[in-house]
This record gives sequence, C-alpha cells and structure tokens, in this order.
Amino acid sequence: MLNYFLKRLLTLVPTVFFVTVIIFGLQQLLPGDPAIMLAGEDQDPTVIAYLQKKMHLDKPLPVRYAYWMGGVLQGDLGESLRIQKPVLELIQEKLPVTLELAGLAMLIALLIGIPAGIISAVTKDTLWDYVANGVALWGLSTPNFWLGILLILLFSVSLGWLPASGYVSPWEDWKANLAAMIMPAFVLGNAIAAVLMRHTRSAMLQVLSVDYVRTARAKGLSERVVVLKHALRNALTPIITLGALEFGTLLSGAVLTEQVFSIPGFGKLIVDAVFNRDYAVVQGVVLFTSTVYIVLNLLADMAYFLVNPRLRG
Amino acid sequence: MHTASTLALAQATPREPTPARRAFLRLRRRRGAMLGLLIVFLFVMLAFFAPWIAPFDPLETSWSAVRKAPSAEYLFGTDEIGRDVLSRVIWGARASLQAGLVSVCIAMALGVPIGLLAGYAGGWVDALISRMTDAMLAVPFLILAIALAAFLGPSLTNAMIAIGVSSTPIFIRLTRGQVLSVKVEDFVEAARAVGNPHWRIALRHILPNILAPLIVQATLAIAAAIIAEASLSFLGLGQQPPAPSWGSMLNTAKNYVDNAPWMAIWPGLSIFLLVLSFNLLGDGLRDALDPRHK
Repeated sequence: MLNYFLKRLLTLVPTVFFVTVIIFGLQQLLPGDPAIMLAGEDQDPTVIAYLQKKMHLDKPLPVRYAYWMGGVLQGDLGESLRIQKPVLELIQEKLPVTLELAGLAMLIALLIGIPAGIISAVTKDTLWDYVANGVALWGLSTPNFWLGILLILLFSVSLGWLPASGYVSPWEDWKANLAAMIMPAFVLGNAIAAVLMRHTRSAMLQVLSVDYVRTARAKGLSERVVVLKHALRNALTPIITLGALEFGTLLSGAVLTEQVFSIPGFGKLIVDAVFNRDYAVVQGVVLFTSTVYIVLNLLADMAYFLVNPRLRG
Repeated sequence: MHTASTLALAQATPREPTPARRAFLRLRRRRGAMLGLLIVFLFVMLAFFAPWIAPFDPLETSWSAVRKAPSAEYLFGTDEIGRDVLSRVIWGARASLQAGLVSVCIAMALGVPIGLLAGYAGGWVDALISRMTDAMLAVPFLILAIALAAFLGPSLTNAMIAIGVSSTPIFIRLTRGQVLSVKVEDFVEAARAVGNPHWRIALRHILPNILAPLIVQATLAIAAAIIAEASLSFLGLGQQPPAPSWGSMLNTAKNYVDNAPWMAIWPGLSIFLLVLSFNLLGDGLRDALDPRHK
C-alpha cells in the first residue's frame, strides 16, 4: 500500500514540472520585451529596469526558469504591480470567499445530483427518467453566466427577494451573506449537479444488475434497502473521484459566476488581473489552481484506494 | 476491416450496409440527435445567410431607438445604443459557430497526431507526452483558456487559439487510449507482417478504426468550445465590440437587466440552444457509433 502511494507521488514530479513550464512559458507569449509589457501602461523606466533585473532577462531561458522556480518553491509567486502586494497574499485574501461559494455549490450539486441519479436509475425508461435526463442536459448546456442573469431578473428585479450583488462576509452578518450567496451557489452547482446525476445514474444501473443485488432482492429485502444500502454504497465509490475532478469546473465556473454577481473572490481576482495586465497575478492564480487540483486528485485517488478493499494488495 | 478479404466479402454481399451506414441508420432513429442536427443546421444557415436574413445592419446605431422593447419593427428589441438585437443575434451565430469549429479543428490537428505518436510509439515518448498531457489537464479548462487569451491579447482569433490549445489534451488522451486498444488487434499485426511502414500502419490501419470515438468527442468538444467562446467574450477576452457575439452581448446586457431584460434573453437562449443541439447530437452519435453504450 505504501508502495502504491510512493509510486503515485513519484508520477506527480514530472506533472508538476510541466505545469510550471507551461505557466512560466505563458509570459513568452507576450509580444516584445516582457519587462516592458509587464510594467503595464505607465511603462516607468525604473520599473522596467527593476523587472529586467528581477526577471533576469539578460540570462538564457532555462536559467530564468530556474530563478523563477526557485522563488516559487519558497512561496514567492511574484508581486502584483497594480496593487503592490505579493501575489500569495492576494490569493490568501480572496480564497475564503471562493471556497465558501464552491462549498455551497458542491452541497447543492450533491443534494440535487445524487438523488436525481438514483431516481432516474431506479425508474429507468419511465417518465421520471426522461425528466431527470432532460434536466441534466439542460444543466450541461446552460451557460452559467446566462443562468445567473436570468435568476437576477427573476429573484432580484421582478420579485425583489434576493440582492443582485453585494457580498457580505459571513462573520459580519451570516444571513445577508447567505442571501447574497444562494443564487451564485445554485448557478455554479447546477452544471455539476448535471454531471453528478449522469454519473450516479450509470453507476447505479451497473450496480443494480450485479449478482449481489439480485441475491439481496431474492432473499426478500425491501426495494428501498436494496437500492440505498446494497447498491448505492457501491455506486458511490467512483463519485468520490468525480468530486475531486469537478473541482476544476467549480473554479472555472466561479470566475464567471463571481463576475455576474460581483463577488470579490478568486475568479474576480484573475479577471481584474487580466484587464490590469497584472500578469504575475494571472500566473500565480493559475499555478495555485493547478497545484490544488493536483493535490485534490491525489487525495481522491488515495480515498478511492482506502474505501475499496479490493485494491489493497 | 480494411483488408482485401473483407472488402471482397462486402462486394460479395452487396445488400449488407457498411458500418458507417448502419451507424447513420441508428442515428436517424434517435429523435434527440435528429432534433440537435436540425437546430445546428438552422444556425449554420442563419450564420451563412446573415446578410440576407438580418433585418438591420448589426452595427448600425440609432439614438431614436435606444433600449426599445420588442415590437413589430424590432422583434427582439434594441440595445443600449439602439442596435437591433435580432440582427446582432443572427450575426452572432457566425462568431459562435466559427469559434466552435475552428478551436476543435486546432485541438484535433494538435491532439490526434500527438496521441497517435504516444500510443503507437510507446516507451519514453509515451511517458513524456502523457506527463505533459497530465500537466495541461491539471489547469482547469477555462482558466487555461483565460490565461492564454490574456497573454495573447483579446481578440476572437486568439480566443479560438486559446480554446483550441486548452482542448488539446482531451484529444491526446482519447487518441492514445484508443490506439493502445487497437494496436494489439490482429489486423494491425497482419499489416505489420506484410511489411507496411510505421506511418502507414498508424494512418491507414489504426486511425480509421479509432475515428468513431473521435467524432463523438469532437461534437461534444464543439459544444464546450461554444460555451468557452461565449464565456471569454462575456469576460471581454473574445470577439471585440462592436462586432456582434452572444457572449459580449450578455456582458452589456447584465448592466441593463432591470430596464431592458430582452437584451439578455435572446443571446443567452441562442447559446443554450446551439450548445444543447451539439450535446444532443454528440450523445446520439455516441449511442449510434458504439452499440455497447446504452
């Protein structure tokens, strides 16, 4: 078992290396001298000179990568030229907001997706199944920023029940926080609910046709016990991995959702950085996101391994 | 499948439909897929004949018709500087369809050969390509596209490049996996035994046999690319104003939700319909091309 984890960790080394190469490489896409581009609109000569020195632009590319990577390994993701703050600090500031949004979205997705998947598998090829599949297809095809605008139109403009924007920290006023977060969380969770529903459905269909489920039915257990205890438990295992894989969707979606609802989170950070040409922030956010994604994937693999006794050799 | 003996067999029994024809017949029975195909076709027509169909010039502003509600003259209403929303939605189909097709072509042009190489060559080439693919997949799709578009500069062309490159790893991984399973089949062994060069085995014997899953993936990838282009345009990184695109129309519309909701309804509905159709078509193709998948 230890062997498996060690091997899994070792394969991460080249992956992480290539991720950093990609992110470092991004700045090579800038036309012309990166220092001039990075200095932003003012193009202050002292800033340019400082950047040229800091980025070691007189050195060959691999040496520059080594300097950059050395900084990253010490937690130095560069500095925002616009806000004059270390990128890591900015990420730490904005991350809790997005984590709350993502957590609520995942909760909504689980509450909708898994029951819908079970119902649709149990009632395969009936009206309920079609309805659930239709809703899933709708969830997959709706751009979440459009859904956000429609919800604002309905609940904020027409009905006046919920605020269209205006984030409040949960520590200040948790009710106002929840009122501001419920729509964005639903928008974000909606697409993931659809993915979860489809996967739960196919996992349940597979499990419902195996021998031990037939045995459970044959010995006279109620359908409820068969479905929820015998089938669901085994069908749920792959969904653990899926949850981690959907993290990327959550963060991508958060960028748009935060933009629609003006939530000052991680997604707004990257969008603002893009428009301020604050390239170090863009790189930092991408690097941070991919690292989290890789770690979550690793944890999911381990969890999968631990809950599935057959994999333990 | 492509050897002389099966060819002879096919000629001997002319009434037996080819696999492609059988797949098409199966596809035709799926109502969802046919509906998807129909809507895609309608949007393609709309985009192609936009100059003749659109009632107004999509760029023409009119200060006497600012944010007018839908009426007989302006069926979908007008926007914040008096442009006809219907005409902009019609012209916007061009940007979306173009983005969907071009970015998936870029992704396949890069991903399929690289995946073929990885799967066919194996060994360290495969290991290297696979780790690079893992790395690209570790960056969430839209975040990678946003970062690429940010560094390349905002424009529709750059958005298509960014989306295409971001979709590439999916095609590398899919192609590689398919090659690995086909490579061990007897007909590949036979092709090798009669002395075909590697490139010929890869292109003439393996590639045609892995096309079906690639076509399915491409259809679904077009749906994802259309949403991605709309998302980038919504953020201001895609089609630049005043050129019409559904994503950027929604970006403006969000500021006028309270007094001009029609500005938000139509472009969003168009994205939804087009993406839904490609998803329906992709699902239908998957069921039609892979009889095992139910």
